[in-house]
Amino acid sequence: MSAPALASTSRSARSSVGRKLAAYNASPTQALALLVIALLLIAFLVVPIVRVIVVAFTGPAGGFSLVHFGDFFRTGLLRESFWNSVYVGVMTVVVASLIAVPLATLLSRFQFRGAALIHTLGVLPLVMPPFVGAIAMQLIYGRNGTINLILGDHFGFRIPFMEGLNGVIFVEALHYFPFILLNLSASLANIDTSMEESAQNLGASGFTLFSRIVFPLALPGYVAGAALVFVKVFDDLATPLLLNVNAMLAPQAYLKITSVGIADPMGYVISVIMICAALGAMAISTLALRHIDFATTQRGGGGLGRRSLGRFGNTVAAVFVVLILLLVLSPHIGIFLLSIGTVWSFAELPDGYTLAHYATVFSEAQGLIGNTVLYCGLAGLIDVIIGAVLAYLVLRTRLPGRKLVEQVALAAVAVPGLVLGIGLLRTYYDVHLPFTDVPFATFWLMLVIAYAVRRLPYALTAATAALRQLHLSLEEAAENLGAGKLSTLSRIVVPLVTGGLFAGFVTSFATAAVELSATLLLVASERDAPISYGIYVYMQSAAGRGPGAALGVIAVVTVAIATYCAYRLSERERDRRSRGGLAV
Amino acid sequence: MSSFIRPLILAAALTGFAATAHAQALEDKLTIVTSFSKDLTVPFAQAFEKKHPGTKVEVQNRNTAAAVAFIRETKSNPPDIMWASAPDAFEVLKKDKLLQAYKPQAPGIAEKVGSYPVNDPENFYTGFAASGYGIMYNTRYLRANSLPAPKEWDDLKKPVYAGHVGISAPSRSGTTHLTVETMLQGEGWEKGWATLLEIGGNFAQVSDRSFGVPDAVNSGQYGIGIVIDFFGLSAKASGFPVEFVYPTVTTLVPANVGIIANAKNPNAAKAFVEFLLSDEGQQLLLDPKIQRLPVKATAYAKAPAGYPNPFKDASLGARVKFDADVSEARYALLNSLFDRIITFRLKELNAAWKAIHEAEAKAKSTEAKRLIEEARRLATAVPIGDKEATEPAIAASFKELKKGEKAAGRQAEFEEKWDSFAIAHYTDAKAMAEKALAAK
Repeated sequence: MSAPALASTSRSARSSVGRKLAAYNASPTQALALLVIALLLIAFLVVPIVRVIVVAFTGPAGGFSLVHFGDFFRTGLLRESFWNSVYVGVMTVVVASLIAVPLATLLSRFQFRGAALIHTLGVLPLVMPPFVGAIAMQLIYGRNGTINLILGDHFGFRIPFMEGLNGVIFVEALHYFPFILLNLSASLANIDTSMEESAQNLGASGFTLFSRIVFPLALPGYVAGAALVFVKVFDDLATPLLLNVNAMLAPQAYLKITSVGIADPMGYVISVIMICAALGAMAISTLALRHIDFATTQRGGGGLGRRSLGRFGNTVAAVFVVLILLLVLSPHIGIFLLSIGTVWSFAELPDGYTLAHYATVFSEAQGLIGNTVLYCGLAGLIDVIIGAVLAYLVLRTRLPGRKLVEQVALAAVAVPGLVLGIGLLRTYYDVHLPFTDVPFATFWLMLVIAYAVRRLPYALTAATAALRQLHLSLEEAAENLGAGKLSTLSRIVVPLVTGGLFAGFVTSFATAAVELSATLLLVASERDAPISYGIYVYMQSAAGRGPGAALGVIAVVTVAIATYCAYRLSERERDRRSRGGLAV
Repeated sequence: MSSFIRPLILAAALTGFAATAHAQALEDKLTIVTSFSKDLTVPFAQAFEKKHPGTKVEVQNRNTAAAVAFIRETKSNPPDIMWASAPDAFEVLKKDKLLQAYKPQAPGIAEKVGSYPVNDPENFYTGFAASGYGIMYNTRYLRANSLPAPKEWDDLKKPVYAGHVGISAPSRSGTTHLTVETMLQGEGWEKGWATLLEIGGNFAQVSDRSFGVPDAVNSGQYGIGIVIDFFGLSAKASGFPVEFVYPTVTTLVPANVGIIANAKNPNAAKAFVEFLLSDEGQQLLLDPKIQRLPVKATAYAKAPAGYPNPFKDASLGARVKFDADVSEARYALLNSLFDRIITFRLKELNAAWKAIHEAEAKAKSTEAKRLIEEARRLATAVPIGDKEATEPAIAASFKELKKGEKAAGRQAEFEEKWDSFAIAHYTDAKAMAEKALAAK
């Protein structure tokens, strides 16, 4: 059907909504879905944020003004911060790729015994609350941390792991490489063996095979992961602050916004600029992929053919994996030691060991754990559903405004939690729950909403990457065979992108579990508090951070278990569906 | 509470009628927003609940900024109590009309501790404890680095401490702000800044959290921290190898409590304020994990030996006259200035002082000494004078403007000026010191 023909019919008197929708290649349900998502985003993202950042556009004498943006570019420190943030973001992507790409390749291209290990442990960095992770990293890699004390005692030198911008890159890369690992593995797992086999039959091997087949087919996942890493690093403030690096945008914005009594609009100006930068990065990643069609119709077996590594290869791979895992798990090891240590001061290891910290927190932790699983599970679920639907609408329909909705959803990744928290309070505090005087803003569901909004970009990018690999013809085939839009979606699309959706759920869930800035503002009672709040409260003590560390360990274990369960569920679901006669 | 009133109140609470006996009945709930740590809030909340069994205390721990933002945004249904150290947070809340005045009835509370007035003159908030600033150090760290233990603020200027000292930024910690302000008032603006900048040359870090400093000293990231006393004392009490000393000229800052405007549970809120000031509440402050200084002189009777007592020890906070009006006039400006010339330019400041110290260790000729003198002048200069700093038009640039107020410029303009001033001066100071080293 051609567009002009349809346009002319729509001009006719009998033009109906249905016809217009047909022109957009969408069903009424799909249009409604887009509308609902758009309304949700307006209500819980756009309105609250606009109500806060409006000061960035208000001149000293009131009224609209861009004078503060002029000030931003006239200020040497802020220009320096901007370039530092860009530099750290780009370099982190590079370093994270050096870790994630070999791991992902190993997972999907070779038979490697430790694959399950990589799968599980690869997610663990994400479940470490950034402020806890940085404390633990200081204990291990800091200038008087375990490693440097050992080096200093035995070899007389120290390595400044944690100094300056390079320190930030080191910590961020270890923390965020799973974004690339998860998305890239999902992409690689979706490449069909037959693609590789066809190439081999045509004589391709080695580098040609990689550069012509594997690399292009895996690109969407990699780019999605890399863009997320860049944006997250650009937005992260806990790491630079704990490493005492102030000259970056996120810390500058945070320091401005959270200083009591200072009505300086610059913090909000920086927030606006960060949101724009994040959108820019996402847009560039989309543009980079625009002219390439990644979809393949083959749906034989999952993933590339796995080859044997040989004894030598196995050893090299094992050493690499163990080294990476040691690096990646060092904050977890640090926090674990802190949680069972008595006093740990200027020493390689704690002076003594005790279980007292766990006893201190255990009675309270149960409520916190339950809340965390409930809130973040719901938030992750909401994200996966909205993310998948939105990704589908963007890629498969021509509904007007769909790109805008996508951009708005992606922008959430760069919105400082504090800004969203204040905005939600401002917008919904006077809205009461029906039949009570409980403000909606401090009802626990608002935490779920805040988490879902802030984590939606993860699920959305993961779903988009997964869908990009799925050829339209598979759906058309289903529809030709009489399947409706809904059953095509549930029987064809969803099963084939389960891997990507799972990656989206895990990232949303795990990172929501350690979200602090909005949490601190929206928690209204201890009974409703999630574990990140508990960690914050217990860490605020000069009498030792043992109990806080113990809660941190409990948080990591909880999220790891929940992630594993979700993984098993999604695998089982995939098996069940593919056995149900879906294999094409 | 006398024994016959309690059943009365209980009965009233049970039947849902307000008691009109000698005491007004407390509501069954009390919501407290606080930036204090659990170590402090839990014992107080438990003791209060024990004393008033009908009232359930709900403590919401938030950092100061989040607490202020929360109270601002929840005007229609606010919490009852704001409980925090930072006097600046209370000032902000008071100005926004988010607090209600209440004059506590408890007897025997001092008007002043040291030279700092305990309470807000208009009773919008009340000091319930005091704390002094001092120096906390990690004994293992000092031994390993062969450093002498510091005793006075001036000790921290010494070249041996380069890279070993930490502080929290005044813009991030209301109590650090008061300490810096007191130093400036005690020594005078120019001289005070010179001292701060020279100590700043030795800073390893200017932390954005008050807790960052004791954490770093406890774990030995750096050895010496400028901290409020209870951080040092409670860390020591929990077994960390740290010591805490009050320098001769020290400052005392209060910890405050205020009742929030239109609090839902005003009677319980008032009872809580009274409880903090009662003998029982004041006694609780001596707990080893809390370690704050009571504002009631009699509470020190049961204090362990060696517990600091500002009512006996004249050196504690008494030396400096504190002018609250001057402090208030330049509050936000001081925060911003400190960040521009110290926090954000720490690398440059460190480098300048390192060069100066190196040159001083070797300089003999008069030419070298003259150059060092010049370098010191550059590295201790402050970009704005005493008078200007309190000028209303300039101060207005750092505040939310009220109707009719005029500002001399935008905050960003001043900050950019100070930032370039700092960079230029520290770079020149370093060059000058290097020249002195070459000239010897």
